Amino acid sequence: MPEHPYIPNSVQNIKKEMLDEIGVKSVEELFASVPQEIRIKKKLEIPHTTSEYEVRKKIEELLSKNVTSKEMLTFLGGGCWPHYIPAVCDEINSRSEFVTAYAGDAYSDLGRYQALFEFQSMIADLVSMDVVSFPTYDWGSASGDAIRMAILSTGRNEILVPQTISPERLSVIRSYCEQLANIRVVDYSPETGQLNLEDLKSKISSKTAGIYIENPTYLGFIETEGEEISEIAHNHGALFIAGVEPLSLGILTPPGEYGADIVCGEGQPLGMHMYLGGGLLGFIACHDDEQILSSSGHRFVSITKTERKGEWGFTYVLPERSMLNAREKATTITGTATVLWAITAAAYMSLLGPQGMQELAKVIMQKSNYAIKGISELKGVKTPIFNSPHFKEFIVNFEGTGKTTLEVNKALLKCGIQGGKDITKEFPELGKSALYCVTEVHSKKDIDRLVNTLEEIIG
Amino acid sequence: MRDKKMTGYHAASWNEPIIYELGNKGRRGSIIERIEEEVEAAVGDVVEHLPDKMRRKELPKLPELSEPEVVRHFIRLSQQNFGTDSGIIYIGTCTMKYNPKVNEALARSTKIADIHPSQDTETIQGVLEIMYRLKKWLCEISGMDEFSLQPRGGAHAVYTNANVMKAYHKSKGEIDQRNEIITTIVSHPCNAGSPAAAGFKVVTLYPDEETGYPDIEALKGIASKNTAGLMMTDPYDTGVFDPNIEEYVKIVHEVGGLVAIDQANANGILGILRIGDVGADLCHFNLHKSFSAPHGSCGPGSAPIGVKQELSKFLPIPLVEFDGSNYYLDYDRPDSIGKVAGFFGTVPCFLKAYAWIMSMGLEGLGETSEVAVINNNYLIKKLLKIRGVSLPWGKQHPFRLQEARFSLEKMKVDTGVGTDDVNRRIVDFGVQKAFTSHEPWIIPEPFTPEPPETTSKEDLDRFIEIVRQISREAYTDPEIVKMAPHNCSISKIDTSPSTDPKKWAMTWRTYLKKNKK
Repeated sequence: MPEHPYIPNSVQNIKKEMLDEIGVKSVEELFASVPQEIRIKKKLEIPHTTSEYEVRKKIEELLSKNVTSKEMLTFLGGGCWPHYIPAVCDEINSRSEFVTAYAGDAYSDLGRYQALFEFQSMIADLVSMDVVSFPTYDWGSASGDAIRMAILSTGRNEILVPQTISPERLSVIRSYCEQLANIRVVDYSPETGQLNLEDLKSKISSKTAGIYIENPTYLGFIETEGEEISEIAHNHGALFIAGVEPLSLGILTPPGEYGADIVCGEGQPLGMHMYLGGGLLGFIACHDDEQILSSSGHRFVSITKTERKGEWGFTYVLPERSMLNAREKATTITGTATVLWAITAAAYMSLLGPQGMQELAKVIMQKSNYAIKGISELKGVKTPIFNSPHFKEFIVNFEGTGKTTLEVNKALLKCGIQGGKDITKEFPELGKSALYCVTEVHSKKDIDRLVNTLEEIIG
Repeated sequence: MRDKKMTGYHAASWNEPIIYELGNKGRRGSIIERIEEEVEAAVGDVVEHLPDKMRRKELPKLPELSEPEVVRHFIRLSQQNFGTDSGIIYIGTCTMKYNPKVNEALARSTKIADIHPSQDTETIQGVLEIMYRLKKWLCEISGMDEFSLQPRGGAHAVYTNANVMKAYHKSKGEIDQRNEIITTIVSHPCNAGSPAAAGFKVVTLYPDEETGYPDIEALKGIASKNTAGLMMTDPYDTGVFDPNIEEYVKIVHEVGGLVAIDQANANGILGILRIGDVGADLCHFNLHKSFSAPHGSCGPGSAPIGVKQELSKFLPIPLVEFDGSNYYLDYDRPDSIGKVAGFFGTVPCFLKAYAWIMSMGLEGLGETSEVAVINNNYLIKKLLKIRGVSLPWGKQHPFRLQEARFSLEKMKVDTGVGTDDVNRRIVDFGVQKAFTSHEPWIIPEPFTPEPPETTSKEDLDRFIEIVRQISREAYTDPEIVKMAPHNCSISKIDTSPSTDPKKWAMTWRTYLKKNKK
């Protein structure tokens, strides 16, 4: 083939010179260990080498078929949310020194170690815990890992999770933990959505490794009984695990203050684009307790000193736990993680600062509550379903309109609006319902437009 | 006199404070969207309506900085980081190839960045088409029948494959009996760690001293009705291709087990060999290795898994499908193992791998492995001329595929300078460390560089000269190497907090507590 721009040694003369140095006549000799019988015989159906111009043109053509949340008013959340992303975040995560690095030590990659330590520190301050681990894939894997930690550190084999959990997240938890523990679901109050403490008390036992709750829940309301749940867990020697959305912690009591032993959550709102769900970032926090730390296979970056006075260095804690060291004795499923997003989150949290986090959380809550108010006045529509405070998401029920959620969403789409996520199948007991999400990116005008359009559709 | 420690390179060294040491009370780095008066009037101060126990009493103790301070801080951190764009990175097993800029530019487009996973599929046809075509290309490149793009890293992919194996044996009613996974010690450790995390008992095969690969009889000896499957890497992390692979597949299939071959690092066999043709039932690729998606300082990565037809019904939900006119997400898969990650996986990596395959094309894929293998064997030839460097199993396997695992044992015995010292010294030259080996070190003082196809002969020659220089230092003035680094962002690190609970501090607040500040 002709020389390729990404392959400096694709020049025939260079290849020949190198083969001469190696002492072989042809490149075939280097591949001699691969038996001929198992080599590729057919011509693969892969397109021919394409110019950069053409690659760009063809991919841009494909991408142009997507409709973005900036082009279409979108009210989707459910684990991936539209938030404003400061330009600084995109600038920092475009730095090629971060983008193209991988696994160097702090001598060459000091920057990523320090940024990770700062990420860990800022998440710790948000959730009010002392230890935060290396980032992981997403909330689902973070909750799976947090639950694995509870199982392994208590030596018990039962886990309690709320019925209001995201079914997709529960599926990830099952993939991570089913072989270790029996996962039992705790009921909720039909009026408030809150975890049913009576059901919890009847299910918890000396077999229970931990209770996992979410705050705000997948269905948008705030679980207000954290303290009581924590007490019930601890009375039975079980751990209390809380999954959180970090922006809400600008105004909500951090789980570290209502007794959580392990905290996990989704960092995508901290400066990541949604990327069709590809911009997720999981985090895990716990107490500075050796037994709990040892039950995790995740890396933890610790601050330390160097030989030069006044200089910060960084090192991994208990490295012998990691899969790279412990092989089958390791307790992790994570190798390559999500560090570029953690660096972005660190930049985001330092831009917002304490004041910004509080103001943003309040604006989000005000706007979503404004939307709840507007939609609740529509005939045949019920929102919120639960009599509890809501942060940025809430359920809208269309039972009284004679229309299915899918019909409502299709009609909204015709008017350039992407309605809430259809949860009719996920939560059949809640009837024809959708999970709506309103954040700081929705203006009053946007929300009014949604309410007016819904009114027209419902008739 | 010239300082012998100097190499002509020096990393940026800002002595940058921790972000909590910067800034000043009251400063802010962003202005939050103002709430409209009508909204405020309609809902009031919602926070006041929160039950008291759920209202945050104290603001989070985050740093307080202005925007320029934040930018300068993180730019300085980035300047103290070393990527493939910065210079030579030959970290073995990681395939640190060049990450094309056009792919990055495309992935930053709002047309892929700002779409939500639950949007009506009619509004995401473009990205679904990319995902669908990518999975078809991966099938073609691997010889597999179906791909799931969901797993988000190599270890995650191996874990998912272990779960697929479990579901398969469950469907045959044999899951209680089949609780063993066989792996080899020169496979990536996730081939042991991930199935163990999935609940399997792991049995490890060691290479035969003579041949450098596991003995066929040894495998026959442990393969049984308890075998759920074989999970191994081929080519190995030593760059040796195990030609007995077909035989292994046969042995494991005969006892009713499945075979998963880790193709994370496929840079030596792209376009040469398809693991599906060899009989593997499952495999995975790392898009952030062989397929040029960047490593992002350790993720986000992406590791799609490929399976044969018989196993496709077990793959995670959803799969991207095409009905002849529209692309859609198929959730109606009752035998699926469910989900292993949120939504569909690391979408920006899909786009980058898709763009890379287009740019390389069929011809370029073959050229990739051909040049990667030439580069590696050139490096072997030259490094073996350097004092203290040897290549275990070099006689049996003089030529290697994508990488080779050297030993610096002789240098260590002769001079006291070992792999860790060399790796600390090599960064003084503006070169990233080479990889050592995963544990356990079956090769003493392992040293594993991997020069992918995007490296130039000039860079290879420079790398070789640097290793020669360090060897010379080891034999004449070993303290230079032992005390390294000298020209990096920081000096030698005190690693004692790694194992000392009194000293370690994973967060600033803990650091302050433990140091009574």
